[in-house]
Amino acid sequence: MRLTWREVWHSFWRTPLLSSLSIIMIAFSLYSVGLFGLVATNFRHTLSDLAERVEVVAFMLRGTPIETITLASEDIEAFPEVLSVNYVSEDEALARARVELVEFREAYEDLATNPLPASLEIRLRPQFRNAAQARTVAERLRAFGFVDDVRFGQDWVERLDRIRNLAGIVGLVIGAAFGLVAIVIIGVTIRMTVLHRAREISIMRLVGATNAFVRRPFLIEGTLRGVLGGALALGMSFASYRLFASGMGLSGESFVFFTPSQAGLIVGFGLLLGLIGSLISVGRHLRHV
Amino acid sequence: MIRFTHVSKTFPNGTGALRDLSFHIPRGQFVFLTGHSGAGKSTILSLLYAHDRPSSGEVKISGYTVGALRASEVPKLRRRLGVIFQDFRLLEHRTAEENVAFALEVTGARRDTISPRTMRALTRVGLAGKARAYPKELSGGEQQRVAIARAIVNDPPIVLADEPTGNLDERARNGVFQLLKDIHAGGTVVIMATHDMDLVRDTPYRIVELREGELVYDSAVDEADDTP
Repeated sequence: MRLTWREVWHSFWRTPLLSSLSIIMIAFSLYSVGLFGLVATNFRHTLSDLAERVEVVAFMLRGTPIETITLASEDIEAFPEVLSVNYVSEDEALARARVELVEFREAYEDLATNPLPASLEIRLRPQFRNAAQARTVAERLRAFGFVDDVRFGQDWVERLDRIRNLAGIVGLVIGAAFGLVAIVIIGVTIRMTVLHRAREISIMRLVGATNAFVRRPFLIEGTLRGVLGGALALGMSFASYRLFASGMGLSGESFVFFTPSQAGLIVGFGLLLGLIGSLISVGRHLRHV
Repeated sequence: MIRFTHVSKTFPNGTGALRDLSFHIPRGQFVFLTGHSGAGKSTILSLLYAHDRPSSGEVKISGYTVGALRASEVPKLRRRLGVIFQDFRLLEHRTAEENVAFALEVTGARRDTISPRTMRALTRVGLAGKARAYPKELSGGEQQRVAIARAIVNDPPIVLADEPTGNLDERARNGVFQLLKDIHAGGTVVIMATHDMDLVRDTPYRIVELREGELVYDSAVDEADDTP
């Protein structure tokens, strides 16, 4: 193993230009993946902000006893889809309307009786914030005798679903295309390294080195290059993020960078690409010498 | 030790390199493979170190059947051989000592034995004093001596030499040939491909001559036939 690491070290410094070039090429191909990932992450972030507003509201019949509402609230909170249940009394509904619906403030001031019904505002857990789940919960709520009507903004939730699905498919296709380009570039880069050392490989085999022995330093080297390229790509993505955020005056809340695990994923992706690229390139070469 | 039985070799481009070749090399022989360029000398050697496989027939060496070798067995066979080429095939970025040690390192030799064995091999070829020199700092003859040291450092029972004197001046050529004779004197089978008939002449060694892939003369057979 000591010999393998020595080989890796020697190989790296014997061809500093080729080594640096391959790391830069890996970095740039992963940088394009990183930039796309940044756009995709922020788009998803925005969509999840929107999805947080998915709420099912059950309006109640007048005169429903508070005990009934309390018991029903507990039942509803136990639904697997439900995150929280908030009771809004008739008075609270009116007070809210006066604040939020400024244009009707005067109409609400002169009322002799409160026309607004009490309601239960039900927030769904993140994974259930879609039209199908909201509809299911709404159907279940309608079965309660004191529920007069249930609303969940079906149209916009369905539209949100469509956007999410489309974004998912587009993201997958473009992400796969970027990933594929990165794999090809990294494969070619490592192939160049292998060809550069073809003579050395043939001598190694001539003196009785096993394929595993020949392959090992290349795999380590490819993996290291992948990791370094990935780290460089991450740094470049971060620089671009900071530049864009400050240029557009965006805050860290509205425009996010990768989480540590996502950042790790990019470096890990580099590692994997380096490893796979080396495996394929060296494997192909060894089959032909 | 080595046996060719009706061996033919045709390359994928259709070139026929060997045609129905049969001969046997027992332990302890020094054999010259002679013939013009393209006669098939190098092909015989490349079959012996399993770089190529026969198209038909059987090549046996040290108990291995080359045509039936699994990929994992090729290194095992090569560790029992020393191979020397006309172009030396040394690693330019390694010193003479590192080039020789490399042959031990790749075979997983014990670390504490590598340096003494390397120096012993270099001493044997007369280059102990140039162990730290890089190939480009050595003459052609010296580079070939390093290649020979690398070939013998594992004490192989068979040494294959493909035109080892082809790139050398007369003095260096004689030195390399003397080294190969010394190696053979230690009991090693040496098979040397050459078209240098001055070298072959007046030696007591077996001569196998090839022409267009066919064996046209084998001193071991023909001289035996001449014996009354």
